[in-house]
Amino acid sequence: MKKIKAGRQPNRSVGGDIGVGIFLVLFGCFFAFPLVFAINNAFKPLNELFVFPPHLFVKNPTIANFNDLFLLMNKSGVVTFTRYSFNSLFITFVGTVGHIFIASMAAYVLSKYKFPGGRAFFTMVTVALMFSGYVLAIPNYLIMAKLHWVDTYLAIIVPAFAMPMGLFLMKQFMESSIPDVLIEAAKIDGAKEGTIFFRIVMPLVKPATLTLMIFSIQNLWNNVATTYIYSEEKKTLPFALKTLAAGGVARTGVSAAATVFIMIVPLVSFLLAQSNIVETMASSGIKE
Amino acid sequence: MSYANWKAAKKRQRHFLLKDIKQSKTCYGFLAPYAIIFFTFYVIPVIVSIYLSFTYYNVLQPPKFHGLTNYINLILADDVFLTAIKNTFLIAAITGPIGYIMAFLFAWLIHELPRGIRAFAVLVFYAPTISGQVYVMWALIFSGDSLGYANAWLTELGLIDTPILWLTNPEYMMGIVLLVTLWMSLGTGFLSFVAGLNTIPTDQYEAGYVDGIKNRWQELWYITLPNMKSMLMFGAVMAITQTFNTADVTMSLCGFPSTDYAARTVVTHLIDYGSYRFEMGYASAIATVLFLTMFLCNKFIQKALSRIGT
Repeated sequence: MKKIKAGRQPNRSVGGDIGVGIFLVLFGCFFAFPLVFAINNAFKPLNELFVFPPHLFVKNPTIANFNDLFLLMNKSGVVTFTRYSFNSLFITFVGTVGHIFIASMAAYVLSKYKFPGGRAFFTMVTVALMFSGYVLAIPNYLIMAKLHWVDTYLAIIVPAFAMPMGLFLMKQFMESSIPDVLIEAAKIDGAKEGTIFFRIVMPLVKPATLTLMIFSIQNLWNNVATTYIYSEEKKTLPFALKTLAAGGVARTGVSAAATVFIMIVPLVSFLLAQSNIVETMASSGIKE
Repeated sequence: MSYANWKAAKKRQRHFLLKDIKQSKTCYGFLAPYAIIFFTFYVIPVIVSIYLSFTYYNVLQPPKFHGLTNYINLILADDVFLTAIKNTFLIAAITGPIGYIMAFLFAWLIHELPRGIRAFAVLVFYAPTISGQVYVMWALIFSGDSLGYANAWLTELGLIDTPILWLTNPEYMMGIVLLVTLWMSLGTGFLSFVAGLNTIPTDQYEAGYVDGIKNRWQELWYITLPNMKSMLMFGAVMAITQTFNTADVTMSLCGFPSTDYAARTVVTHLIDYGSYRFEMGYASAIATVLFLTMFLCNKFIQKALSRIGT
């Protein structure tokens, strides 16, 4: 029998490995292309943006586009750039914190206790993974109107508290990573449910907490918020940037700068939390 | 068993259930905040939507019961809906499976890379999904004038002499939509696959090697895939959700409404009736049809996935 060498799996052909490498690089280029393109465009001076034939890479990088972006945002209309940014930050922050707490609490009892209705409830959440914002928009609008929440941040923040994906991932993660004995031991020591949850369970599920955070940030930071919000001063950054980018050919550089500006937050947060996310997703499976 | 016995048993059962519920007070307390919001904004809307789909409702007047009229009109009289259904199924049938297989394939191949490169590769493949609006860059690449990147390069190469109207000519529209949706298709399911591959115990692979598994494909079918069933299910749910709900991409690339409705999807049709024409009953009927389709599709895939590794 051949010895199994560390690092190289025995049933792999060298040719196959090379093929896989080429394949991955080719497709990696395809996936990265628009991003690289956006970043390069954002730093191109005007004469490079409209050169024929177009170049992919920037030759004389400049931050003029970003300057233009901030200038435009500050002088156009009544609402300043800082206000849009504040709105987005506020919605993202409150929505994310609330989501983590509310979803984790529910996930804790759903994963660690048996009680009537618990399983049925979780099945419903699993089905709700398939709902998209558009499908729910009409009845939700009617409900928001009844609650007098139209044109308030509540209309965006509160539904985001109960994002099904967050509860789903958190419940699956708790189920597989928190031993039942730990909770029982704490109970024998006289700990109350609240104490167990905050002092024992939450510190153990940090990777899942970070994952929920990233998904929530992705969802809320990119929220255009046009369905429930119509006052200009309550609109969000992606909305403002979208309007700006709609300005046509003359705004090509500015709109690329805007795109880059907006993608920084989700991209960086994902990068920082990647290993935690992967750890969490390991328990994401749906069992029959 | 006599009737009295049966009745007593039933009563005891109910008694136990009540006792269970009473004992789980803390559980319900923990669940309550989530449950209330979830019911209000995710469950009730579905019920309201199903109810509205049987009515005529224009927001100003109270809903009028309409029977099946909305559904009959939808299927028999609405040509644009047929285009929408056709497009959505086309996206679902192409982007769905290809995106799904791609997500798994890339996750699997990335898993074989050395550790350092792995994290970078995951980022590259997942970036289209996290970076929000970056897909608007495709609009620039495929813009219809001679400065559009695709046009400029094709002209440079001498393949075309007049610019192609990629996003306004119905002939090309769906092709580009498919390309862009494929580009964005490595979503949450992909992450789930990446993570799932890490959890398969290595001794299973070693045992497989001893048992005579010759190449990576056999290993994939007999060891990797059976270990990944639950992740595959999760990925399938995500793929279905994503493809059936395609709307943002077609709206920002091909415009709304697109030329000849050539890039209309079920969801953009719904947006049209719900947000512009205020025919809420009709829009709700579209939503109900969409949801039902997704649900059935999900059940079907669940069946198919239970056969893996056999």
